[in-house]
Parts: sequence; C-alpha cells; structure tokens
Amino acid sequence: MATAGARRSAPASAAELAAELAAACGTVRVLGAGTKLGWAPDASPELELSTAGLDRIVEHNAGDLTAVLEAGVPLARAQEVFREAGQMLALDPPDAGGATVGGIVAANDSGPLRARYGGPRDLVVGMRVALADGTVAKSGGKVIKNVAGYDLAKLFTGSYGTLGAILEVSVRLHPLPPATATAVGHTHSPHLLAGGAATLSHARLEQLGLDARWAAGAGMVLGRFGGVAARAQAESAEQLLRDAGLEAELVADDEPLWQAQREGQRSPEGLVVRVSGLQTDLERLAGVAERHGATLVGRAGLGLYWLRLDDGDASALLSDLAGFVRLALDRPADMALEPPASNALLARLKERFDPAMKLV
Amino acid sequence: MDGGEVELLAELSAAVGAEHVVTHEHQLRTYESDGLLQYAVTPRAVVLPGSTVEVQAVVRACHRAGVPWVARGAGSGLSGGATPVSEGVLISLTRMRSIIEVDLANQRVVVEPGVTNIAVSQAVGPDHFYPPDPSSQIVCTIGGNVAENSGGAHCFKYGFTTNYVTGLELVLPDGELVQLGGKEIDHPGPDLLGAFVGSEGTLAVATKIWLRIVPKPEAVRTLVAFFGSPIQAGEVVSEIVSGGIVPGAIEMMDNLSIRAAEGYTNAGYPTAAGAALVVELDGSSAECETRFEQVVGICERAGADSIRVAADEAERELIWRARKAAFAAMGRIAPNYYVQDSVIPRTRLAEVLGRIEQLGREFDLKIANVFHAGDGNLHPLVCYDGSVPGEAERAEECAGLIVRACVDAGGSITGEHGVGVDKKRYMPEMFSDADLGAFQRLRCAFDPDQRANPGKVMPTPRLCGEVPGPYRQHPLEQAGLAERF
Repeated sequence: MATAGARRSAPASAAELAAELAAACGTVRVLGAGTKLGWAPDASPELELSTAGLDRIVEHNAGDLTAVLEAGVPLARAQEVFREAGQMLALDPPDAGGATVGGIVAANDSGPLRARYGGPRDLVVGMRVALADGTVAKSGGKVIKNVAGYDLAKLFTGSYGTLGAILEVSVRLHPLPPATATAVGHTHSPHLLAGGAATLSHARLEQLGLDARWAAGAGMVLGRFGGVAARAQAESAEQLLRDAGLEAELVADDEPLWQAQREGQRSPEGLVVRVSGLQTDLERLAGVAERHGATLVGRAGLGLYWLRLDDGDASALLSDLAGFVRLALDRPADMALEPPASNALLARLKERFDPAMKLV
Repeated sequence: MDGGEVELLAELSAAVGAEHVVTHEHQLRTYESDGLLQYAVTPRAVVLPGSTVEVQAVVRACHRAGVPWVARGAGSGLSGGATPVSEGVLISLTRMRSIIEVDLANQRVVVEPGVTNIAVSQAVGPDHFYPPDPSSQIVCTIGGNVAENSGGAHCFKYGFTTNYVTGLELVLPDGELVQLGGKEIDHPGPDLLGAFVGSEGTLAVATKIWLRIVPKPEAVRTLVAFFGSPIQAGEVVSEIVSGGIVPGAIEMMDNLSIRAAEGYTNAGYPTAAGAALVVELDGSSAECETRFEQVVGICERAGADSIRVAADEAERELIWRARKAAFAAMGRIAPNYYVQDSVIPRTRLAEVLGRIEQLGREFDLKIANVFHAGDGNLHPLVCYDGSVPGEAERAEECAGLIVRACVDAGGSITGEHGVGVDKKRYMPEMFSDADLGAFQRLRCAFDPDQRANPGKVMPTPRLCGEVPGPYRQHPLEQAGLAERF
C-alpha cells in the first residue's frame, strides 16, 4: 500500500539503496514491508525507499547465539531458521504478515516477550545504516558484549527511519524455552486486576511474560513461564493470583492467549495508542478503557500499555490520556497525528544526520 | 595565572563555594589518574558541585571561558576515561550521592550520579536488587557506570547498565538542562537515552539517573569445576549454553591466574589445575535445581578433575573470592601487568587462546587469562617488569596483537572497560573512517565545541564544523540543466 503520489523503489543491495538515498533530491520515507506505514506522519514523501530487497540472513552463529540479518528479512522467516537450532530472536510483535526486522527495530515494536528479554534496543548488538548523504556506517559489532564506540543502533531504534536507513542488524538470540505454561487470573475489578499484576511482578519467579488485559468489564492477568520447570512456576503464580482475590486457572496450551494479547496492539480501522506508563497506572488505564469501550493490553511489569479502540470517539480517548507519555500507532484515516513532544537535542541530531531534511 | 584564569576560578568558587574548588598542586595530584595509572595529567582545577544547579553553573563558566572539562565519579575506571586534561577543569560528582527516590511499587530508583553501585542494591533490598555488578561495585558510582555502560560478572544473564537506565537528567556542554526518558520505558522517538549510556563522558554530565530494579532470584546455586585446560573448560561452556541454560554467571581462570589467586586467598583451588570454571545459576528454585543438576552432569561427562558445589553462602563467597581477587593477586606473578578487555565470539575461544599462547612465547612474557566465559569477554593479563628496560613497551606491543587477534576473530576491542584514552588507538581496527564520522555526528549534536572529555574514544581529533543549512537546489538544477544522479 504505497502512499499516494510516492514513487516506490526497492533496491536489491545495500550499496544501491545507499546510492539511491544519496541521489534523492526530494523527501524520502524508508520502509520495510510497509506493514506499519499508517504510523508515519501524514506528509507524503516523494520517494518510498524499501529495504524489502535486502533479505539475506547473512549469518546465524548458532554456537554464539547471534545472527546478522539484512534489514528486509521478514522476522517470521528468520525465526524459522533460528527455531531449527532451538533458538529465537526474542521479539514477538504482532505480525499480520511480512513485518521486517529493520521495520520492527525502526518502529521500536515489541510483544509480550519484552517482559523477559527487553525490546529491540536490548537485542540489537550492532547495526549498519545508510545516512541521508549515502554514507554507510556501522556501530557495535556481532558479539553480545561490546562497549567500543557510541551505540548508534539505539539512536536508530524508534527513529522511524528519520535519521537514516537501517541496512543490517546484528542480534543476540536466546534458547527457545523447552515448555511453557500460563497462570491466568480473572476479575471484574480494575483494582484486583492491578493487585494481581503487582503480586506477580514483585514475586521471585522468572516470568517469560507478564501481561494484563481489560475489555468490556472483564480483566485478566497472565503470567507465562518457560523452562524445564515451567509448570511448577505457573502453579506458584496461580496460587499467588488466587491469594490476591482473582479467579485463577492454569493453561498449558497457552499460545492462543498470547496471540490475543498481541492482537490487542493493532486495529486495522481504528485507533491504537501505546502508553509508556508505570505499573501502578494499570488500574486507572483499565478505567479509561472501560469508559471508552476500548481494549487494554499491557506488559504489566513494565508499565507499557496499548489501548485499542476499533469503533468509537478516538479523540475523546486521546484527550483522556493527556497526562501520559503516549504514541498513536494505528489510527483512523481521518485522524491527524499528534505532533511529537519537542526536544532540542533531537532537532540538533536531525541537523547532523540529515541536514537536508530529506528523511520524513 | 592570567586574568581569564583568575576570572574562571572566581566563577567556579561562586558556583560551588571556595571550599569545593581544589587548586593546590599536591591536592590536584589526587585526581591525576583514574584506575589506569599509566595515564596521569594534572588538571587546572578540580570542582566538587553538590547539586544539578551547581553543575550547570560550573559547565556554563567553562563554556564562557572556552575551557574543556572532564566529569568523573569514583575514578575506578580502567581505560583512562577519567584522565583530566591539563588546561581543563575536573568535575568530581562524588558529593552528589543522594538516593532521591525508591519506588518499589514501580521497581524504580532515582539517584544522583555519585551514589555507589552497591548502595542501590542496598537501598532496595532485601526483595529487590540492581543487577549490573562491576567488580569495583563497592566504590564505583552510578554516574560512572552510565558513562561506561558497566557490566559485571552477572551480565551474561542480566545485561548491562544500558538495560537498566530508564531516565537521565543531563547538563549539556552549554549548560542547558534536558531530561531523557524517566520512570517510563520506550518514550516515543529515537532512543537518545540509549545512545548516551556508554558515551564515556563525552556528551554531557548526567546529574540524575532513573534505574530499573528487579526481584531477587528465589535460589542461587554455585559450583567451581577444575579442568586440564581452558580449551577443555571452554567446550563445557559451549555445551552448557547450547543446552539452553542461561547461567547467572560463568567465569573462567587459567592456571597462572589460579596460582596467583590461590596464593592470595587460600580459597582451596588446586594450583595444578589447568582451568577453573565458576558456574552460578539463579532463578526460581524448581528451575534452578533441575538446571544445576544438568550443569554438574555436563562437567562430569567432560572429564572435570574435581567439582566443588557451594553448600551455603560462606562456601559460595569462598568460590567467588578467588575469582574476584585474580587481578589484585597478579602482583605475586609479576611486578606489573597490562590488562586487556577484548571480546570474541565464544566459539572462537580455542583458536584465540592458541594465538595468545603463541604471542606469549614469541614475546617471552607470561600471560594470565581470566574470562567472563559466557559472553566471550577475555581479560588477558600480560605480565612484565617495568624496571627492565624495554619490557613495558614489549608488553604493550604484545597486548596490542592480542587485541588484533580478537577483532580478527569477529570480536571487539573492549567489552566493559571502555575505550577512554587507552584503547582509542585500536578503534580503527574495528571502525572505518565512515563509522567514526557517524560517531562524530552524534558527538557534535551534543557538544559542538567538544569541551566534554576531549581526547577520549575517538582515535584522532575531529572538528564538528558548521551545521550546513537546509538543502537548496543549485540554480543549474532549478533551470533543469543539471541533476545530481
């Protein structure tokens, strides 16, 4: 789904992409598969430069639990390769199909595994980028521990491609947990929901995921465990949830539960707002969701929440979230993007990395 | 002392109080080095601000006077990153040591930069802890940890400082105050916070730091296994990790380090052992027990000469004592040593160790090896006697070739000590001119006059230059007579 009026190009190599970026005179938007294009600012670029042609898995060093991926590699394809070695890249954002590694990093997208393994910023150990003038530069490396030079990969994480095009990332991998089990606590009270989530986030257990959910008057706390003793840990969590006043159960075949959590982070037609909050905001945000008929999913231990409103008054929901650090992701076609919070340092960075203001 | 200098000193005194400005030669000498004593420079003055406002006043005074400055914490770094500049001001942040807020409900702590690393874990115990644990944790400061992106023995599982900093208040080199992040994670936009961590004091001064803390693990199990050689122990490390086990810590020492450490600590390590492997697992009791049995099994099958399992906390501390004393004990082997901090992909261990052994023979120098084995971070200690003419230079040359061998194997010049002054000459081994140019763009966005910790990280000085104006079409392009393709 190309933006109206934009020329689309998908160079077949990093060198060609860098050259095309250098040669571009007008505005350029860098994208992967384009699955999150709706998150971008409204202004239409003259050129859409896609990394979809950069789709090589350059290295998979199973023994070192690292990999080097070109930016256009679809995450799902990389995961298939890693899975054969009993490994994973611990990133599990919602993916309706084709989302690329570079796009996920540039958009700083993540899923339930963020609770245990961190987000793109924590898993990317090296990066190669093309700057607006065509300079190809790298930072970091392909070892998991490295403090040489500035960590420019962080700067490009969440940048939406406005500082340059991500060409390649080196990532840390993790072993796939041999088994998983999830303790689920049900409640109709936002207060008990928050209490149950806090009990698990402060427990001496090692969660693979700790999520909360609120929709249509009902809430759930989900504590997922992975490992050789996943079930034993889930049973402990089940008891803790029960003690906190929730109706608790243990779910062994738990993948559908987590898939539903991921789906709460997208709305094909409506609004999704990501709120960077605190653990203690859960009760209040469940109340906000309830008032607006929205669905709330969140990483309860991290204070990271998504409010999804498929059909309803999107601006009313946004204004109710005014005090929070927030970012609109999916949004209705007729809704303009809120201007980002101003930051003098970001403006200075933009001047240094993209003085011609090409990248939008 | 010229008029400008008198004026600067008066401004610094006005900013922090005359009692917190050090200008006497013998007192200044206290600050001439950090933990890497090879580098010593006496600064023009040392100031000890007590608040963010005072840091701003100091930095503004330096900005007006065009004087460079170096901010430092405890000075325990090992790369010369806090070495003063002779014409500059040293800003010591050790008076700013308040723990501003402990928010256990949200698992956050807010501290001033001079708070020591250990003080954070102490403030949030007994149910929580702050995972990054550099071996200097009793003295090193959080501000210094942020500058260096410090790790520690447990970082293979728990990560580094960068994985735990959620917010920073910064005084930029022009004195402006900015806040990046806060208690919340994932603020929208480029992750400037992440880019700042590990910038070695070259971008700004952090005056307030928000940290994430985590619940203490339910159980901890520790063992030390002894093997015939580091290569044999290295295979055990690979088998543990590829089996899906993520130890809290996994550390290795070779025979020379074992002998030095044992002579110093009497921890009971057999001095004939070729390698000692310390493995620590933590987590939930159920998970930990099963995995620990697997680790014991792997060590036995791999032919460990002996395995010692810590039965209690006292035995655990004894096992760790030998490992933690390895650097300090090196004095028993040689009067001086040159320590490296290179990283290699773990699977290349045998090959790189072979190369290090070969270099030791070629240069006729003893080289001891202590590793963070899980993440491939080597600490080869090249031993020498500084009183023998030429030996220090030989050791340095040998250490440089070790660094090159690690980079050639796909590794890094530094895993946790930082580049500082000491390793900046190796930067071109890892980074091209274009890469360094990109680093410089970040530097210049924060510090266009390059007054913050100059002479560190980058191998050669570079200017920032003016920011070019917005792109304009050349008249020939406008006229359609030329294009840039």
